[in-house]
Amino acid sequence: MKDPYETLGVTKTATDKEIRDAFKKLTRKLHPDLHPGDKTAEEKFKAISVAYDLLGDKEKRRRFDAGEIDASGAERPPEQPSGRFYRDYADAPGAGWGREGGHAAQDGFASREEFEAFLNQMFGGAGGGQRARAGFAAPGADMSYTLSVSFLDAANGAQRTIMLPDGKGLKVTIPEGAEDGQTLRLKGQGGPGYDGGPPGDAYITLRVEPHAFFRRRDDDIHLELPVTLREAVLGAKIEAPTIAGPVTLTVPKGSNTGATLRLRGRGVRNRRTGQRGHQFVTLKVVLPTTDEPALAAFLEGWRPAAPQDPRREMLK
Amino acid sequence: MTRLEDLVAAIAALQRADLERWIGEALVSPQREGEAVVFSDMDCARVRLLCTLRYDLEIDHDALAVVMSLTDQLYDARRKLRALSAAVARQDAAVRDAILAALPPVEDAAP
Repeated sequence: MKDPYETLGVTKTATDKEIRDAFKKLTRKLHPDLHPGDKTAEEKFKAISVAYDLLGDKEKRRRFDAGEIDASGAERPPEQPSGRFYRDYADAPGAGWGREGGHAAQDGFASREEFEAFLNQMFGGAGGGQRARAGFAAPGADMSYTLSVSFLDAANGAQRTIMLPDGKGLKVTIPEGAEDGQTLRLKGQGGPGYDGGPPGDAYITLRVEPHAFFRRRDDDIHLELPVTLREAVLGAKIEAPTIAGPVTLTVPKGSNTGATLRLRGRGVRNRRTGQRGHQFVTLKVVLPTTDEPALAAFLEGWRPAAPQDPRREMLK
Repeated sequence: MTRLEDLVAAIAALQRADLERWIGEALVSPQREGEAVVFSDMDCARVRLLCTLRYDLEIDHDALAVVMSLTDQLYDARRKLRALSAAVARQDAAVRDAILAALPPVEDAAP
């Protein structure tokens, strides 16, 4: 039986209020009903209940300090009988006053590691549902973080460091082709284990920021690229940005606004196949932004070979 | 089934007036058997949770209803998710793979 002062994390000279505050804090953190996904909460909470039963009572504490009773000397067992937390009813598989009448999830997704990880996260399971072993040893808590990543860092991959509340830095490798909403698991980087248990995992959910002009659809990059009237009519070799830097792009003669060109293999590398997607460039013809008297004069005298009415369909 | 008097006697901290107030506000819903008010095992566990929140954590009465509402929503969501998980688990591998592919992926980060 562990020293009750140690269990509550207070000194032997703690005041009654300090003991009560420590108990309150631990109850908030560990009460099984308030943490239905934490399989280890019940044992931990029972330990602090026993400790508080002893130290929260002036007379019992005096007798314990005087050595008249030992740490297990709670004469009255704590009121919470074994297995009778509210969650044991409300969260029982297929039980509760369930309108759903749900069935036990069992280990249904164990065949696929990611699915298991997803469910573990949903149910806050500590390390794949390992039960705490004898005593207090238990895996540490899993920690969740959200990391904002620039569009290009997500597309090309990057190294980042997250500052944790304790000042420690956590290195995260953002894989090439990372997606918005994707979660990375860093094994063993969560909270420390209890009494020799393994540490929990850290889960990093990526939020990919939008880019000023690149858009991503799966492995492909989409870009709207302005071209001048001259480039559009006469055709040109121009520079176009890609996620890996500028490349030369041939605009065919007579390219209209909306024409889409494909830059093969200039998209995002697919993490499974290793193949890169493509970049699709949609052209947008822009007129000169300043006065061009020569252009205006030319158009005054221009008679199209085939007169055009682009609005005919709309005005029928 | 536990009678109201027995429950009040069994939990040292529990004030009868508080329990009656909680019943009045439907924070716990015991059944009536003739004249007596009786609590199922689950109701008793819920009252113990209410006691922990009210007396140990000193959550005031109005906030208590908020906490219980959120707690109920949490358990409700967990039951739905569990039912969904079970339904997915019963599907063929191909269907499970398709669902997996539609979920935000979780993968181990490179060291």
